[in-house]
Amino acid sequence: MEPMKARRGVPFSSFRAEVVAGGPGPFGLRGLMTAMMSECHLDQQLQLVTADTSEKTDVVLLACGSFNPITNMHLRLFELGKDYMNATGKYRVIKGIISPVGDAYRKKGLIPAHHRVIMAELATKNSHWVEVDTWESLQKEWVETVKVLRHHQEKLATGSCDHPQSSPSLDRPGRKRKWAEQNQNSSPKKPQAFKPTGVPRVKLLCGADLLESFSVPNLWKIEDITQIVANYGLICITRAGSDAQKFIYESDVLWRYQSNIHLVDEWITNDISSTKIRRALRRGQSIRYLVPDLVQEYIEKHDLYSSESEDRNVGVILAPLQRNIAEAKHNSSMA
Amino acid sequence: MKNRIPVVLLACGSFNPITHMHLRLFEVARDHLHQTGMYQVVEGIISPVNDSYGKKDLVASHHRVAMARLALQTSDWIRVDPWESEQAQWTETVKVLRHHHSELLKSSAQMEDSRKTPSASADSCNLPGIHPCSAVLPELKLLCGADVLKTFHTPNLWKDEHIQEIVEKFGLVCVSRGGHDPKGYILDSPILRQFQHNIHLAREPIQNEISATYVRKALGQGQSVKYLLPDAVIAYIRDHGLYSSDSPWKGKGNAS
Repeated sequence: MEPMKARRGVPFSSFRAEVVAGGPGPFGLRGLMTAMMSECHLDQQLQLVTADTSEKTDVVLLACGSFNPITNMHLRLFELGKDYMNATGKYRVIKGIISPVGDAYRKKGLIPAHHRVIMAELATKNSHWVEVDTWESLQKEWVETVKVLRHHQEKLATGSCDHPQSSPSLDRPGRKRKWAEQNQNSSPKKPQAFKPTGVPRVKLLCGADLLESFSVPNLWKIEDITQIVANYGLICITRAGSDAQKFIYESDVLWRYQSNIHLVDEWITNDISSTKIRRALRRGQSIRYLVPDLVQEYIEKHDLYSSESEDRNVGVILAPLQRNIAEAKHNSSMA
Repeated sequence: MKNRIPVVLLACGSFNPITHMHLRLFEVARDHLHQTGMYQVVEGIISPVNDSYGKKDLVASHHRVAMARLALQTSDWIRVDPWESEQAQWTETVKVLRHHHSELLKSSAQMEDSRKTPSASADSCNLPGIHPCSAVLPELKLLCGADVLKTFHTPNLWKDEHIQEIVEKFGLVCVSRGGHDPKGYILDSPILRQFQHNIHLAREPIQNEISATYVRKALGQGQSVKYLLPDAVIAYIRDHGLYSSDSPWKGKGNAS
């Protein structure tokens, strides 16, 4: 017979009924006393557990990028980031946000944002915690990554983290219910015991390529990089044995804030780059099992990627390069 | 599509569990053969190995077959065949090939018969892509990764006469990524060299090293494997408590 386990949320009265029904049998008086004691102290036990939990920092993982198209690799980043942060014991990942870049980014081959948003929505349809946010993609001008982080951090600070992000295309009432249900189930008696001690912290989730792009001239403002690692933090999924650590070592800014940069080893070489997906599509090759089925079907149905689409923005300068070079010129002419 | 040789791809392995990488092998192989202009891939078959193969951590074959079936729900050309797993003992790969070849002969004969009868049944022409009037028997080829090709060199793992029969009578489609030198493996073996015309090397440029070993380890440690294998397979694994660290479903390798 299974030993009695203290179960949360079981009223004392029903516990007594079970004990009586079970009879003296396998428990014996000692077992009975222990069981009753643990039930009586359940409140205190719960508090101990919740005290532990409430000391953890709630984290939201934000991934910025083209998602042109979204692939299984992008989705893996979230899973790896969540497992890693949760395993530290210091964090609890509560949400993942995919923020596709706006069309004004002017990257070569970038197809219209609404398609990229819809594909990301389809890809995260079966995810309980990752969702798509369209704020960045709806802006007229390109938005620096640090500003996207700031936008989402401020949004969380105003306590609107319970509400699903707006989406122009798909209605997801189910997602909101799921998340709300999770919260309810986890706080049976003392709701305030499970309230996070502070506002959830937004952290930038990325691959090693983004980290290493910090060194591309004029792509990032140094003050933006500093703010990202100082005020927010980076969770960088890297191929085991990559040069990410060396890269951090060689940068004074990254070195200074290295405690805020989490390098997560990815043991599975998962090189499903969007560039290769687009190339395969142009060549009539299969992309099945590299992207979620719904994404593959959507791409096929709308014939999204071709040589023509790959020629978009050819000869156009990338928005961050344009902006940063112009600002640098302006600053130097002012001097 | 005219005059192309119809091909059926057969993949043998543990599929413990099946992952996106296994499924990719089929897609890459099919694309490669189509690109030659000579072949038309009409079917893919996944044949999970028998439990008595004795590999460590091998879960019961009915689970591995069920997971493969779930993974292939959305595929219109690949199916799982439990014949190998249902045999009384482990069956050499060449015998699995022989079995499926004879099955192809049978269904081809059925097609011939049904053509002769006035009311032709649709069932006998169920191989997709085959023109009902075509009498060409599909070529059955063994689909594998470059790592399997390399194992041909492992002493005592394969019988030489089996290797020869595989590459001479059937043919091999070998999908490789970085880290392997399939051309080298072929040139290092006299048998493979002799029949290299029957060995098709397909390259997968997109590295996707989803090892089932890693997946099992991640599951044992409570880590996420989402997006490495189909959701339906993950749900099955969870519902049946497979691959957890205290899983009761460990295979015969438990004692080791």
